[in-house]
Amino acid sequence: MNLQINGKSEALDVRPEETLLDLLRERLDLTGAKKGCDHGQCGACTVLVDGKPVLSCLTLASRVRGEVTTIEGLDQHPVQAAFLRHDAYQCGFCTSGQILSAVGLIDAGGATDADAVRQAMAGNLCRCSVYPMIIAAVLDAALAREAAE
Amino acid sequence: MKPFRYAKSGTFIAGGTTLVDLMKLGVVAPETLVDLADQPAGITLDAAGLRIEAGATMAAVAAHPGVAERFPAVAQALQQAASPQIRNMATIGGNLLQRTRCTYFRDKASACNKRDPGSGCSAIGGDERGLAVLGRSPSCIANYAGDLAVALVAHKAEITVLGRDGKSRQLPIGDLHRLPADRPHIEHGLAQGERIAAVWVPDQAWSFSTYVKLRDRASYAFALASAAACLRMAADGLVVDASLALGGMAAKPWPCPQAAALLVGHRLSQDVAEAVADRAYEAAEGDPKLIAVGKAAIVSALDRAARSVKAASET
Repeated sequence: MNLQINGKSEALDVRPEETLLDLLRERLDLTGAKKGCDHGQCGACTVLVDGKPVLSCLTLASRVRGEVTTIEGLDQHPVQAAFLRHDAYQCGFCTSGQILSAVGLIDAGGATDADAVRQAMAGNLCRCSVYPMIIAAVLDAALAREAAE
Repeated sequence: MKPFRYAKSGTFIAGGTTLVDLMKLGVVAPETLVDLADQPAGITLDAAGLRIEAGATMAAVAAHPGVAERFPAVAQALQQAASPQIRNMATIGGNLLQRTRCTYFRDKASACNKRDPGSGCSAIGGDERGLAVLGRSPSCIANYAGDLAVALVAHKAEITVLGRDGKSRQLPIGDLHRLPADRPHIEHGLAQGERIAAVWVPDQAWSFSTYVKLRDRASYAFALASAAACLRMAADGLVVDASLALGGMAAKPWPCPQAAALLVGHRLSQDVAEAVADRAYEAAEGDPKLIAVGKAAIVSALDRAARSVKAASET
């Protein structure tokens, strides 16, 4: 099958039971999506499919039809810059998932205030608990984008 | 995960958020999956009600402005369910049929009559927190963890069931899920090869509807207890009709017509709400703390209704 990943078409022989997360990490060397819980509970494996945040650990690669974006597909994205400015990470394990959820949220126009961001980012856990910085970074990136428009 | 192949008959997969998880745990190991990726996903509102096709994602229905305006309990149930990523993946049909979160069901080392009929139940006498207190059986105390179905039971919704022969039938949502009795592995009223095609929520002109979910943290957690309430009130604030359903407390969304009937002819008050909650949990058995949480969900839902009556009378 052909998978569209980060703007490239990848021709792959996919086993039915292979998850998108394993395929990205083990076969395409795209290790930005992390295997945290592997059961849809932590959000570290979040990627975008057609711009929407989904869990790659619960996605069977053989069923993916849309365009996949991983953290490697972002190039000095304003959300990444905002995470740097706000020091919105500590160990970094959850960060790529956090950033992709934030990109999906901002693109959908949902990052309207701190409470909306908290609700919309509820599927991304951070064991270092830098949540205040993450929320500040997401709001900052949303504001910057609004100003640019 | 045990290898499988795609086929025309077998276990249905829609969003896959429950099924893939359970396949990884080895709790289920289907040999064939039927991919429902292309099933219809429309959301239609008209004067008579709301029709949701089974392939619509939870996110799409939760974000639909017409649903939030006319069926607040439905929108609230979905907005509080799971996480944003899961709501982007999971479909309405799959959500209604999500499996229990009972730890013993999910753990292959435990005895579970639902997973392996006849093996026993490690949950009974184990850690019962978060399991059923209503409709328990000596063979199973697993609960149904979904939110949407609870709001749909309060709304007296119907589902369209599609058979393998292409013929469809209507089923009241309250008849979809089953209590365990002595066959806890039979969880719903669908026959082999049947699946949910659509949900119909009739507009019964309720004055107020709401969904209250109580849980260990404010987001991304299953309900310890929930309550959905639909109320029709006269201009003087007297309740004319009421429908109530409870979540997280039984193997199925729990309708409580007798408790709801206590509201009719009364104005909403704390005393009335507590009487309704006591009646709803009259037959409950198990952890008294959990039962208290269940009652609190009902009182909170009725308190929201009372506040909305008060706010309306002041404007």
